[in-house]
Amino acid sequence: MADTVTMGRTMSPRNLLLARRGGKKLHWTDILTYAFLGAGFLIMFLPVLWVVVSSLKTPANLSEFPPTLMPSTAQTSVVEGFKAPLPLFEVTTKDGTTKTLAQIRRVGLNAQMIDPANPEAGKIVVKVADAKPLRKFHLAFENYSELLSSTGGSDIWRYVYNSLFITVIATVITLVMNSMAAFALSKYRFRGSNTALVAILATLMIPATVVLVPVYLIVSELGLVGNLWGVILPTVATPTGVFLLRQYMLTIPDELIEAARMDHASEWRIFWRIILPLSSPALAVVAIFSILSRWNDFLLPLIVLNHRESFTLQLALASYQNENGVQYDQLLAMTTLTALPLAFAFIFLQRYITSGIASTGIK
Amino acid sequence: MAKLHLENLNKSFGVVEVIPKVNLSIDDGEFVVFVGPSGCGKSTLLRLIAGLEDVTGGDIRIDDISVVDVPAADRGVAMVFQSYALYPHMTVRQNLSFGLENIRMPKPEIENRVETAASLLQIDTLLDRRPKQLSGGQRQRVAIGRAITRDPKIFLFDEPLSNLDAELRVLMRIEITKLHERLGNTMIYVTHDQIEAMTMADKIVVLRDGVIEQVGAPLELYNRPQNEFVAGFIGSPRMNFVSGMLRKQDTVTLSFESPGLPALVLCVESTASLPDVQPATLGVRPEDLLASQDAQTGWPVVVNVLEQHGANSYLHCTLPDGSPVLIHEPGQSNVSRGDVLQVTPRENHWHLFDENGSRIVSGR
Repeated sequence: MADTVTMGRTMSPRNLLLARRGGKKLHWTDILTYAFLGAGFLIMFLPVLWVVVSSLKTPANLSEFPPTLMPSTAQTSVVEGFKAPLPLFEVTTKDGTTKTLAQIRRVGLNAQMIDPANPEAGKIVVKVADAKPLRKFHLAFENYSELLSSTGGSDIWRYVYNSLFITVIATVITLVMNSMAAFALSKYRFRGSNTALVAILATLMIPATVVLVPVYLIVSELGLVGNLWGVILPTVATPTGVFLLRQYMLTIPDELIEAARMDHASEWRIFWRIILPLSSPALAVVAIFSILSRWNDFLLPLIVLNHRESFTLQLALASYQNENGVQYDQLLAMTTLTALPLAFAFIFLQRYITSGIASTGIK
Repeated sequence: MAKLHLENLNKSFGVVEVIPKVNLSIDDGEFVVFVGPSGCGKSTLLRLIAGLEDVTGGDIRIDDISVVDVPAADRGVAMVFQSYALYPHMTVRQNLSFGLENIRMPKPEIENRVETAASLLQIDTLLDRRPKQLSGGQRQRVAIGRAITRDPKIFLFDEPLSNLDAELRVLMRIEITKLHERLGNTMIYVTHDQIEAMTMADKIVVLRDGVIEQVGAPLELYNRPQNEFVAGFIGSPRMNFVSGMLRKQDTVTLSFESPGLPALVLCVESTASLPDVQPATLGVRPEDLLASQDAQTGWPVVVNVLEQHGANSYLHCTLPDGSPVLIHEPGQSNVSRGDVLQVTPRENHWHLFDENGSRIVSGR
């Protein structure tokens, strides 16, 4: 631990990847650590990778068994006399030679084929067992383009807007509400402040699913069912956020607030001009947590948002599954798109996340 | 004009009475230093004056107007905190102007005041830096500058130099004194360092356990301490104390007898008011002890440690009963460890305290 801490300042990516327990020789704990990290990487990253790769496969490719590793599609060829392109097969003839033929149709165990190079030769009947489909590497970007074009009927931009609206507005309100509560709990001495803190923290112990029904009842009483605010408002005050911010604000010296008070600053101004800027690392952590949970939230939107126009991305994803089956191609493309913003947010903000969490004194 | 009166001021935190009852008046333009050991309530007293703590009882009057119920910002006082309490996310300029912006002062006026304060404190080149980029002394100046821009009636300093190194402390001490001369405001300064108190104050207030032990000019406190506590606290190194019995000899002489030591004859103006015999403590400052190897009279002491500072020498000695005595000799001393010296207090440079620590009589 101590080694990595001292190395921390000059840690380039290369050094990070080759970090050792100290000394030049590879210690057995290094091997163990890297094996563990490698296994963890594979376990966590492979499913994600599989989703991304699969989102680039055609529906036919997706339903194949055994699944192919790389996205591929049947090779086709336009043959005179046929409107649609015909799939190409490699056919082993009776004399042992192989030929590339285009399949017109399949009838039972036999297939009618035609030689694309020589269509005048007429139809050839081939046994299905002798024909092997010709494949080529193909990235099915049409999954994405179809999804994103409004003609695809998926209305994805509406869902993106809903998700963004909920995430951004809920996060802003969460930050304001939580930091105000934390300011009061950390900097004011009043009767019952500890009781208030304990009560807030106690709500951590109640699973969200337990309060789901009461929350729904309140939301419906307020007439917010089907309204995006019905998802935003129940989630804006989070006990973890209050606690995290309170702990951080405790480290801001009281003398600063006293100095500000002597400087004629109102309590509101002290909060905006002194406390909030100084709590920015903790605010960043709370913001990241809030963005993550709002963007990925499924249960609350599921019960509150009952019109298709108010669906979030997560709900829309679930809606690709209907009584007629699952449109895996679209589903996977959308899953990838939905996960992307968060992935990028994490890649760029991870420094702030770790330093922020560390500085709030919570591990 | 900014006179300050504290009347029967009382402060309790719950059941703990920090300041039982304080009466004090401070005149306009005075530089007053509150001094005392840590936990004596001097900072609390300052915070009461500043309005950062609520008064439990009594009254605080600034220019004869009670400010007990006036919020800190409206009392016309400015405070320099021990930790400076500079806003870390603001530049020096913003730090200086924050309080003025809050009272919606016109921009040019703010600009003007900030520039004036900055040039007065020689921080005008640092205005666009943040506190983190400043040294301790510079931060200190900014903190003082922030107080100056508010143009207060009374400046309050809460141990402002305790975070600085020794050399800088001496410099800042002089600068604050100069600043006081230039501004002429009333200033109240809290410190536990009696050197700061001695060098800066017009008037020193010595506090112990929330009680004022003595108020007076620095040299008055030094020369005529009212009790043993003040005598021991003011002056560095500390005054030597020897306990014994005080016996009246005639109308102008007293005899001080300590077990195992030859009796010491002390001359006073009149012994009329004193009892014949009473237990007493004799206090003599290290520089008021005359030591010689040849003298026949005086107390015999053994030199344990010799500290040669070059310009001064300090002899750490012990009396026959083992109690320590410190002797200051100007210049360089030629005694060595183990030498036996005969010491006597300089004529009229001694203090006698009774059993309760109150002064009986001083040599001058």
